[in-house]
Amino acid sequence: MEDNFKVIDNYLMVRMPEEVDHHKSVYISKTADEYIMKEGVGNVVFDFEVTRFMDSSGIGVIIGRYKKISYFGGKVFAINADTRIKRTLMICGLHKIVEIME
Amino acid sequence: MAEFKESYHKIPDGKEKVIKRMMETEQKINHEIKKASLMKNEMRISFDAISVNEAFARVAVAAFVAPLNPTMEEISDIKTAVSEAVTNAIIHGYDEEYSGKGEKKEQVYLHCKILDDVLEVEVQDQGKGIEDIDQAMEPLFTTKPEMDRSGMGFAFMEAFMDDLEVISEPFCGTLVRMKKKLGTISWIKQED
Repeated sequence: MEDNFKVIDNYLMVRMPEEVDHHKSVYISKTADEYIMKEGVGNVVFDFEVTRFMDSSGIGVIIGRYKKISYFGGKVFAINADTRIKRTLMICGLHKIVEIME
Repeated sequence: MAEFKESYHKIPDGKEKVIKRMMETEQKINHEIKKASLMKNEMRISFDAISVNEAFARVAVAAFVAPLNPTMEEISDIKTAVSEAVTNAIIHGYDEEYSGKGEKKEQVYLHCKILDDVLEVEVQDQGKGIEDIDQAMEPLFTTKPEMDRSGMGFAFMEAFMDDLEVISEPFCGTLVRMKKKLGTISWIKQED
């Protein structure tokens, strides 16, 4: 599980699990917060490469991290999102605060 | 050829009756086939209100609709909506303040019905209920912002299903009823 969090330069890379729901999101938020506080990273990148399912808990994780990181002027990115995940992000209007990249 | 046509029209009275009876039986068989192909199925599950069961619930519903040959898109929609409803039941219905730290064995009830090509899903809990349903259904409204909840649960259910109904009474529990018609995509294509 620890492999899923990596600090590269000023970025915290978070590899999202295959299914992001309430059960998994609690762990992701907690660990990501620890890294943000401990390593003092500026930006967070969520990698959806293996993710096939996400519900509103995943949105909660992203919004929560955005609130924390934007306080220090940081940015949140989402990469490798498939059309399903993109659609979920769009419905919530997250594309306005999160940069969705390939 | 002309001779054949003539002779076909000049069927003796006795034969007419036989043909009539044959046609009737054919109609009856067709009716039976139609009736058999009309899907009707029902399922009930109850499980403990713990977060690992969210994945179980949505996979169970996805497997239940499999005989209807849903598209990947439809399965995803259903899974997301069911996941939202079950998550709500677990974290809001049976929240820790209301029910103590999970001492009692609390259950979430899942009831699925297929009638022809319509899927109906009911998710029921016997938790604390909702005081103001209209407010709860507003996008981005949440009672648990500290838990990183986005407040998009009901909005997602509305977006991904065709019909959503919420029945709730404080301290009596909540019932969420969702309906979705499957196979509408091909149906729309045919109309074009």
